[in-house]
Amino acid sequence: MGLTLAEKILARASGRDAVAPGEFVVAEIDLAMAHDIFAAQVFSELRSAGVEKVWDPSRVAIVIDHLVPAPSAQAAELHRRIREEVDALGIEYFSDAGGGICHQLLAEGGRSRPGMLIVGTDSHTTTQGAVGAAGTGIGTSDMVYTLATGRLWFRVPETIRFEMTGALPDMITGKDVVLFIAGGFGSDVAQYRAIEFAGPAAAGMGMADRLTICNMAVEIGAKFGMFAADAATSVYLGGSADEFLAPDADAAYAAVHPIALSKLEPQVAVPHAVDRVVPVGEVEGTAIHQAFIGSCTNGRLEDLEVAADLLRGAQVHPKVRLLVAPASRRIHREAERRGLIGVLVEAGATILPPGCGPCFGGHGGLLAPGERCIGTHNRNFPGRMGSPQAEIYLASPATVAASAIAGCIADPRKVVSGCAR
Amino acid sequence: MPGDMVRGRVWRFGDDISTDLLSPGSYATEPIEVRRLHALESVNASFASGVRAGDVVVAGRNFGCGSSRETAPEALKSLDVGCVVAESFARLFLRNAVAIGLPVLTCAGAAHAFSDGEEVEVNLATGGVRSKVGGADLAGNPLPEEMRRILAAGGILALLRAGSADETHSSHAPKES
Ligand code: SF4
Repeated sequence: MGLTLAEKILARASGRDAVAPGEFVVAEIDLAMAHDIFAAQVFSELRSAGVEKVWDPSRVAIVIDHLVPAPSAQAAELHRRIREEVDALGIEYFSDAGGGICHQLLAEGGRSRPGMLIVGTDSHTTTQGAVGAAGTGIGTSDMVYTLATGRLWFRVPETIRFEMTGALPDMITGKDVVLFIAGGFGSDVAQYRAIEFAGPAAAGMGMADRLTICNMAVEIGAKFGMFAADAATSVYLGGSADEFLAPDADAAYAAVHPIALSKLEPQVAVPHAVDRVVPVGEVEGTAIHQAFIGSCTNGRLEDLEVAADLLRGAQVHPKVRLLVAPASRRIHREAERRGLIGVLVEAGATILPPGCGPCFGGHGGLLAPGERCIGTHNRNFPGRMGSPQAEIYLASPATVAASAIAGCIADPRKVVSGCAR
Repeated sequence: MPGDMVRGRVWRFGDDISTDLLSPGSYATEPIEVRRLHALESVNASFASGVRAGDVVVAGRNFGCGSSRETAPEALKSLDVGCVVAESFARLFLRNAVAIGLPVLTCAGAAHAFSDGEEVEVNLATGGVRSKVGGADLAGNPLPEEMRRILAAGGILALLRAGSADETHSSHAPKES
């Protein structure tokens, strides 16, 4: 019997020829990441466990991205302690405030590679599946153990496969695909499971779309969400990727679901769950107060490009605040160079520093009770962006940009006209 | 293995008990002595004050859904809950519970098999969940040895402190590559 991609990676990492779903393995970790919400705690627990060094400083990444720039003296102190420990432990990859969001940095910097087993103190570590790596979130105690030993136990997950066919219509992107899947299959279809995003349409998908889709794989419960590495991955990684792992043709899947993309419409997740998804037509005209383009889901250059195309020569509705946070400094710089930032500012957008921004309700663009936001991020739970009485809608960068202009949720495929409000 | 047997009274809960219910965000900055008193208060106001050492939380599907915060299992452990038995767990809660030394057991049918306050006995090694007053006797999924060793040590950090980390892996240490 052949192996799925997740099984191959876990087998390799645990020094076995094969593993089967349900088995427990102890695997060697290729890359461990912690961000500013948890890193200081991880370091202090590491110290109190009497551990003076990490197992391999070249396999650890520490990123300050959530509280950026420090919104309080408390956050500043947290950051100070993190910098101190990064130096003391000799950790090789450190990105300070303003560099960008952890998941984006691991991918764009070529830190995550096909076939790697990656853990992070963040549930969206599944993002690394876009390059064919098995990435997953862990808690702080597991991270302390990983930093000390380089190993962690895993239960080998079953794998499910989404077979995607057909070309994406104009204005439809990876976000619409993953919201459509969440809406159709529910938030626990992949609980404890790995996902392979595959089929003829997967091969034609750009890395930005793959990153978006794998990022949100965790919203349907997935432990890993992956695209097998291919020619596009190789180009993204600068053509230097090693031999790619691929699932065997006779691998066993817990389920295989066909997904047809050619008739997909813009999708919107409505409050307060990621799997409450409707085609944009069902919520068109809903007045909004804020629009957000950014996050590890959709803060990439391709996303800013789509938004700038729609906002070029247009104006953000006077009753809407449009916030844009590039996912990394590299993206910000490139967007600047291409004139996209100028277009967005001209249209009335506020540009936030590269980082998480208001995505998790930390600071910078929170919502008052009764306010409504449409954003490109990945969660719309009550209280995620400030008041629990606020409402969050999730959509693609195109839908969010069109809505910012209209002042209400709008279909980016139509010429945008203002709503009466 | 020591710690494989848990005996206590049942506290029943439904499906989708989230990390927010277990460890309400509004007390996030309070010390654990305060936080634990608010565990599950919005579903059962007498839980935190009434629960006794060894008691068993029995719940439905998707227990511990929500964020990756370890304060959720920590609140239950700090209240000396003996074990959480649920129809299914959210992945991160399960990992975190084992990591901090809170026993968890997946057991189909548990949610409706026992009544509040019923004395039960949970065997982590065999997965058995049995009423001590002649009620249900269910077969859950036994925990593998790796997980039981971590639980017996009192969590993955205790294991690390005890310096037994290497020993844990000796039987199937990865080959050098
Ligand atoms: S952008 Fe949002 S979802 Fe992504 S890591 Fe930051 S807070 Fe988490």
